[in-house]
Amino acid sequence: MTTLTESVGRKTLTYLDYVGGLSSQLWAAFRALGASLPIVGNRYRWRASVDQMLQIGVSALPMVGLMAMCSGFILAMQGASELRRFGAVHYVIDLVAVGFTREMGPLLTAIAVSGRSGSAFAAEIGTMSVTEEIDALRVMAFEPVEFVLAPKYLAALIMVPCLTIASNVCGILAGGIFMFFSTHLSLGLYLHYVLTSIQLRDVISGLIKSLAFATIIVHVGCLEGFRVHGGPDAVGRSTTTAVVKSTFLVIVADVIFTAIFYFTGKH
Amino acid sequence: MAIISIRDLVVEYDGRRVLDGLNLEIEAGETMVLLGGSGSGKSTLLRQILGLERARSGTVFVKGIDITRCSQVELRWVRRSIGVAFQSGALFNSLSVKDNVALALREHTALAPSIIDLMVWMNLAAVGLAEFGHLHPQELSGGMKKRAAVARAIALDPEILVFDEPSAGLDPIVAAELDELILLLKKAFQMTVIVVTHELSSAFRIADRIGMLYKGTFLAVGTKDEIKNSQNPRIRQFLDRVPDKMGKPSEVAASFEKYLRGEETNL
Repeated sequence: MTTLTESVGRKTLTYLDYVGGLSSQLWAAFRALGASLPIVGNRYRWRASVDQMLQIGVSALPMVGLMAMCSGFILAMQGASELRRFGAVHYVIDLVAVGFTREMGPLLTAIAVSGRSGSAFAAEIGTMSVTEEIDALRVMAFEPVEFVLAPKYLAALIMVPCLTIASNVCGILAGGIFMFFSTHLSLGLYLHYVLTSIQLRDVISGLIKSLAFATIIVHVGCLEGFRVHGGPDAVGRSTTTAVVKSTFLVIVADVIFTAIFYFTGKH
Repeated sequence: MAIISIRDLVVEYDGRRVLDGLNLEIEAGETMVLLGGSGSGKSTLLRQILGLERARSGTVFVKGIDITRCSQVELRWVRRSIGVAFQSGALFNSLSVKDNVALALREHTALAPSIIDLMVWMNLAAVGLAEFGHLHPQELSGGMKKRAAVARAIALDPEILVFDEPSAGLDPIVAAELDELILLLKKAFQMTVIVVTHELSSAFRIADRIGMLYKGTFLAVGTKDEIKNSQNPRIRQFLDRVPDKMGKPSEVAASFEKYLRGEETNL
């Protein structure tokens, strides 16, 4: 019994420690974010932010676009196979358009960025911890959160919503291609129906989600990196943990945001 | 006047006492060598002097500021007057050697880029790496990395220069070259130098005073001659390179045979 209590207590403390670390890192990052801004901030941090934008956003664009197109096709085909039975194939347009802008676009992008960049953040910072580079930054009077994390965070806050928009466009386009080949609906008419089916609220809710997902991916990845102790094997473990935790937390956050938007929306 | 003053310093890791009530005064302009075997606490003491870890109790005054209790702003101010050459070099792998040395100058001073370039060249020339500034750290040998780390450490003309195991992993000739470099830098820049090492020849070559650490306490702090002539059994054991009591070969062989027979052994 004592062992069970001890075990539960220890686990609870570990989780609380993790949440505390994440919260204090988030607060420090908000305070340091200004230094990464152009003109008003530090030009070296802004340059680092632009590098990160290229890595997080531009490099990921083909992968995210392809994933979104595949998912768009899948969603359209699965939807059409059921809706055809009721003679309601045209509802595929609403399904794909609303489904992507509200849900699939932000989620797919977050999963892709988590796998690509979240793991890279953990590996990069973890290696810096192991090779004493983080300590070197501190003794050189630099703040590691400002120097390493803030440019990544700013880049993710800009690029993840951009990738989400690209993902939405690709997914909806895939739906249009499917509709063209299955029902001979022209792409122009398809886009007209898309624009009438989605509302600005759908797009904004998707973008709000993408900002939250970007925050989760960057902070989980960086925290895992900062907490690396030991050798190269610890870096490998932190990389895996970063992807698993950030993907899990992204899905949990998605549920919470979806519930908030559902219950605050007009029915 | 003491530039660093450590009083009753206690450091614990998970309840295990690593430094046990240390007291040490380091005078401005002297070379203090912290000598001791593996696990004696010398690197931990160094991390305390750099403000990289929290102590359980005690004070560490650097330039009159207690860095165990000071604000982040004060700590950054203190750190700007300390240059550190880490054991592994801790050079930033994403930057060239030149950029590693220029980093603190670019960010902490308002010097013109042409002046910074000149200062970087001078610092690299001082350590014999003037022609290697364009290389990245991974392209350097072990000795060159350590010299590049020294060039970075002296970039801001610090009052205190710290070396963590400067001779570790180097052949005797390169290690001797590094000792001479430390002496040269001290003479040229009139810095206070703190060196953590377990290399006796290096310690006696460069030290003004030596602090001999054993299991988290100072066995002795004194001049080279005082340490050399000490009759403390632990110091004599260290200086005369006498191993701790080990099992006799016959006892080890007997235990091994028992182990192979599946009997309990004291291995």
